[in-house]
Order: sequence, then structure tokens, then C-alpha cells
Amino acid sequence: MIYFDNSATTKIAPEVLETYTKVSQQVWGNPSSLHKMGESAYNLLEQSRKQIATLLNCQPNEIVFTSCGSEGDNMVIKGTAFEKQQFGKHLITTSIEHPAVLNTMAQLEKLGFEVTYLPVDKNGQVSVQDVKDALRKDTILVSVMAVNNEVGAIQPLNEIAELLQERPKIHFHVDAVQGIGKGIQELIMNSRVDFITFSGHKFHAPRGTGFIYKRQGRKLAPLIAGGGQETNQRSGTENLPAIAAMSKALRLLLTNEGEKVAKQQAVRQAIYQHVTSFSKVTMFSQLNDNFAPHILCFTIDGVRGETIVHAFEKYDIYISTTSACSSKKGTVSGTLSAMKIPEKIATSAIRVSLDEHNTLAEATEFNRVFDILYKQFEKINS
Amino acid sequence: MKYTEIMVRYGELSTKGKNKRSFIDRLATNVRQSLHDFPELVTKAHRDRMHIQLNGEDSRKVMQRLGQVFGIQNFSPSIKVERDVKEVEKVAVEMLQEKFHAGVTFKVNTRRSDHQFIYDTNELNDMIGGYILDNIPGIKVKMKNPDFILRVEVRLNGIFLSYETINGAGGLPVGTAGKGMLMLSGGIDSPVAGYLAMKRGVDIEMVHFFSPPYTSEQALNKAKELTAKLTPYVGSIRFIEVPFTEIQETVKHDVPSGYLMTVQRRFMLRLTEALAQKRKGLAIFNGEALGQVASQTLESMAAINDVTTMPVIRPVVSMDKNEIIKIAQEIDTFDLSIMPFEDCCTIFAPPAPKTKPRIDRAREYEKRLDVNGLMQRSLDGVKITEIKIGDEFMNEQEESFAQLL
Repeated sequence: MIYFDNSATTKIAPEVLETYTKVSQQVWGNPSSLHKMGESAYNLLEQSRKQIATLLNCQPNEIVFTSCGSEGDNMVIKGTAFEKQQFGKHLITTSIEHPAVLNTMAQLEKLGFEVTYLPVDKNGQVSVQDVKDALRKDTILVSVMAVNNEVGAIQPLNEIAELLQERPKIHFHVDAVQGIGKGIQELIMNSRVDFITFSGHKFHAPRGTGFIYKRQGRKLAPLIAGGGQETNQRSGTENLPAIAAMSKALRLLLTNEGEKVAKQQAVRQAIYQHVTSFSKVTMFSQLNDNFAPHILCFTIDGVRGETIVHAFEKYDIYISTTSACSSKKGTVSGTLSAMKIPEKIATSAIRVSLDEHNTLAEATEFNRVFDILYKQFEKINS
Repeated sequence: MKYTEIMVRYGELSTKGKNKRSFIDRLATNVRQSLHDFPELVTKAHRDRMHIQLNGEDSRKVMQRLGQVFGIQNFSPSIKVERDVKEVEKVAVEMLQEKFHAGVTFKVNTRRSDHQFIYDTNELNDMIGGYILDNIPGIKVKMKNPDFILRVEVRLNGIFLSYETINGAGGLPVGTAGKGMLMLSGGIDSPVAGYLAMKRGVDIEMVHFFSPPYTSEQALNKAKELTAKLTPYVGSIRFIEVPFTEIQETVKHDVPSGYLMTVQRRFMLRLTEALAQKRKGLAIFNGEALGQVASQTLESMAAINDVTTMPVIRPVVSMDKNEIIKIAQEIDTFDLSIMPFEDCCTIFAPPAPKTKPRIDRAREYEKRLDVNGLMQRSLDGVKITEIKIGDEFMNEQEESFAQLL
């Protein structure tokens, strides 16, 4: 089996699962309970938080646990809108964000907020000048993803951060769900960034857990009110086994990050160089620093993405038609249409997304199967 | 940038005349103790500056720690290069490029401790500044208030470059003002009082009263953890735990409820004084602030203070609660302080304490008690622990949890 759909989800690491099981069985008190069992659970919760903070070079009280990346995006965007609406009702984002951002923005539009959706260029990158032009007196939030989940384009966060230095009151949110462990931590953890969304299952942690970074002093209206957990930011009994497991998964992910990134780059390059030698292949990702090391998005012109995904599946190779969230709905990739790729081509798009465990041998096997399929499709496609 | 050393500038020390040397030595000891877990560092304290050679240690972590040591005005991470102007120019450009954005202004400020160097300061300023202008397009020179001052220091063993000056904690080196005892509860105010005492150079020892089973092990650990939070300013702090159960039970039983709190506190102050005398402390510090609670009216302070002639210093006495909380958050004791464990000040709090207790009444009620015996038994049970930077008390399973994580 070759799994090349790591941007959809990743396989839970055995050591991480072990932590999940052990904590479920051994530290199952409620962190809010007063007695020893509660205290022990509380301590493990805080130790997990501290480890994550250390790994990301921030303070423990800047980490808020969530249930997933979508919750993190909702927490920051709606939380900002509700907290700061008396100062303005204008939000800025890009047209290539994950649906967790775009649909949250759409909900806010119905509530009377105004949203500017910035275009991207042919490389899938937003322009800093566009951000600058979109800024208004009543802007309260700028939300830009770190790495696009469909083509892998890295957004110019440093430049946007610099621009926002002059507007210190605007909340700057970065969805870094696809960016963690990909060698761009310095870019993501820019000191002007106020909020960052992370999702556990994208880095070998269990489902149902994630966290946001929330810069000290910044405020969000809580979306889940209740018992006041997570310093009142997110009530609900903490999912401790998953949180501890995620903290471990993050540590493992960031150990030897450089080597792991280099490995993914090598696998990506092997596939890139092979498939782009075919005339009917249109490649949207690039082999440079403007793209994350783990995502390749391309087409075999004239063949529907869905067809290619199923054809590879017959060989026990798992890839995807752009993002997992849009693939089942049969809609065209939002990112590619924002990049002004004609719909006819965009419907053919497939995405190969890697993790640090993929190997060059797997790339070779992928390429071998690609040749077979390409030949087969030529029959219907000439 | 890979820094090679950190240059430290002293604070008020420079004005301390004849005592200056002993202040500097004390500061050097405190710095070494605070940085003890960075084995490669070499710290040299000179009359005007202190130089900390990094020898490969992480400058960011070292500076974070250094920012907490009292007696330091500010410090600059710097890079040592060969005594070769070409080399200086190259590194200078690299340094400024890192921080460069459109419209940045700079100036070069050269200092020579080696006056034999072939160029004088003006020549060096000109050469290095000119090279930067040629090699970083868009950068501008500005003499008054530039964004960056590139400091170039020519010494016999090399040339040192720096452009950042980071503010230190100010204050005086801990220990230069003598020793005092801090009455540490588990609340918000007393750690802040301790912090402020240390800031003015006082070497503090913690006195904590505990009353098992009315107060829990967790409350004791919380007080120790609070102490650990204050260790980065000094390196280590002694924590004295004083058993208080018998006194509290006796007072509760024999003293009218309106005077419970006053008499309890008189005992605490007596015990602290006794410990201070034994351990050569010169004063008692506590976290009392005027008007916060019943025990903190002037009448109440007077009735409690009646038992000692030793100076009782209250660093937060005139601060608003919000001001105290702000400092508590800065020194990271706030979140710990608000953890909900009963301490011995809260458990026997009477429903209606006298806000204006009378000294004569307090004395009168104490006559019913065996004050000396109670004191002696409590002092006999005192336990002293040395708490160091990084010690952990709230989480006994830290190591086994670390295995899980």
C-alpha cells in the first residue's frame, strides 16, 4: 500500500496511539476535579501544553486546545468578529482558504459582517499589495493560510506581517494546518501573527484534537460557554488522551524536521520530474521555496480527477482529487479556480500529498503505475 | 545570527562608589548561579561591563534568563570578528540585513578600548557606514534616533559588533541589601512583595505556615512552586515551612471569633521574627495591601505589628489590586496563585472579623494561651528546603508523564 493522501489525514503513529491508550486507562480523572486523580490529570494536561509551547517557542498560556482545525478557524474568526464588532465589521481573507475559513466568513456575512476575499496569482499566492489595498478603518481581522491545502503554495506571511505592523489592533490569523512540520516554523510563528490554527490528525495524532496559538493579550469571544476550561476560551471536559497523544506526535514530528523535509522534497522531486515529462500533464505545484515540500497538484488533461484516483486505487495507491473536503461533492477545486485555471482542466486535478514516511521506492512505484495509466488513458484521450 | 557573547551593562551599581566592586562581584555570582545550567558559558565581570562568552550556548535562552537578573540595566548580544575591517563590514551587513525593511535608518557607533588600532573611531564609522550604505540598497543613515545603532567595539582580542540593546530587570543585585524573611501564603500579593524585595537587592527566605489536615499537601506544594517561580532572579531560595495546626486549633478554641484572625497573625509574625533572629534576617516582608481585607486596615496592622520591633516591610501596601495582578502576571505567579487550594489564612477566617481590633484586647486574649509553648513546638517542627531554578512541585509525576509525551 502506498499512501499519498497525507494532506487529508495521516496514519496515527504507534507510539502516539500507545500514549492515547495509556492515558485513557491510567490518567482518566477529570482535570477539574479537586482530588489527586483530578490533579494528576490536570498536571498531564498542563505538561502536554507546556511541551507544545516549548516546541513552538511560545508560552503555555498561548496554547488553547480544540477538537480540530475547523474548530480552531471558527474559534478565531467568529471569536474575533464577536469580540471586536464594535470596532468594525470588516474581515479580510483569501479566496483559496480551507472551507472552515470560507464558510465561517460566509456565515458572518449573513450576520452583517463584510468580507473581502483576496485573489491569488497563477502560482496560488496572494499579493501583499492586495492585502494593503483591502485594509480599511473598520478591518478587524486578516486571515491567511500558511500553506494552501490543494496546490501547496506558501503565502507571503512575513510581508503581510510587516504590513500589519502599522495596524497593531487588527487580528492576524494564520491557518497552519498544512504548514506544521514542513520546515517553515519561523514563517508561521512570526511575531506579528496573533492566532494560528493547528490540527492533530495531520501530523499522526488521533482525530478529534487540535489547538490554536493565541498570542498573549489578544482576546476572542468564546464560542463554547460552560465550565470555563481552557481559561474560559473553550469549555468542555478536556480530551486528555488525545491531547497528550498530540503533544507527543508534535514532538516526534519536529524531531529532525530538516531531514524529514529533505526526504519529502526528494520524493516530490522524483514524482514531479517524472510526470512533467509527459505532454498531457499540467502541473500546478512548483519545486521551489514558494511551495510546501509535501504537496503536488497536477492533471492528466482530459481525464477526470476522480477517474485517476480510482485507477490508482486499483494498484493500492491512494491519492486524492484536490482537497478531501471538496472531493466527494464533485465540486471544482476552489484554489484552482481562484488561480484562473479553466474549469475543464481543473476537473482533472489530482493531489499527491506526502509525509515523512514516504520513500523514493514508493515514488518509483507510483511513477511506474503512472506510465501504465497514462498509456491507458491515451486511448480515450487522443 | 550566531552570537558569540553578551555584553552586560550595569544599572545603579555605577553610582555605588566604594562598594562598587562588591556589588559587581555579587552580580557576577548571581548571574553565574542563574545561568548554571549552561555549562559552556564564561562570565567575566569587569569594572564597567560584564562579558558573557557563549561558546555555542543558545543566546536566546541565555538572554531570556539574563533579563530576570536584578542589577542589570541592559545587555547586547554581540558577534566577535577578527581585527580586520573587511570582516567587520561583511558581518555588519549580514546583521543589518536580517532586520532590514524599507526605510530603515541606522548609524555606526565605534568605541576603541585598543587605541593602537590602525584606524580611529571616526575613520571606522565612515568606512563601515559607507560599506553598509553601498551594500544594503534603501537603508539610510540617521544620526538622531536611528532605528538601529550598530555598535562596534575594538578590543585587543577582536572586534565586537552588536545592534540590539535589550532592557534588563533593573534594580540591585540580590544580596547586596542583606537578608529578609518573606511571609509567603499562596495568594497573589506575597510573591509580588517578594519579587519587589529582591528587586531592591534583598536576599529573601520564604516563611510558609501550613496546617494539615486543614490545608492540603497541594497548598504546600503550591507555595513551593511559587517560590520556584521567583528563583530565576537569584538562583535559589530557602523555603521554611512552619507547622501551624496546633496554634490555629488552640486560638480557634480559646479566642473570641472577632479576634481569631488578629491573634493568629500575631503568632505568625512572632514566629517569623524568631526565625529571622535565628537566621540573621534583618527585616520581615509581607504582601499586605491597605484596605484589601479585614486584616489589612491600619488598625489591624497596628494590632498585629504590636508583637515585634523588627521592621515589617510591605512592598505592595499602597498598590491597587490591579497593579499587583499586573506584576503577578509579569512574573508568572498569577495563574498559580489563583489555584483554589485552602491556605491557613482562609480556613479559620471568622464570619465577622474585627476590622478595627484593639491592641489591648488582643493582648488580653493571648494571656489565656500558652504562647511560648505553642511557639516552641511550632519552631521545633520547622522544615527547610532549598528550592532551585526549574524545581517542580505541583506535578510529582512529571518524569513518568514525560515518558508518555
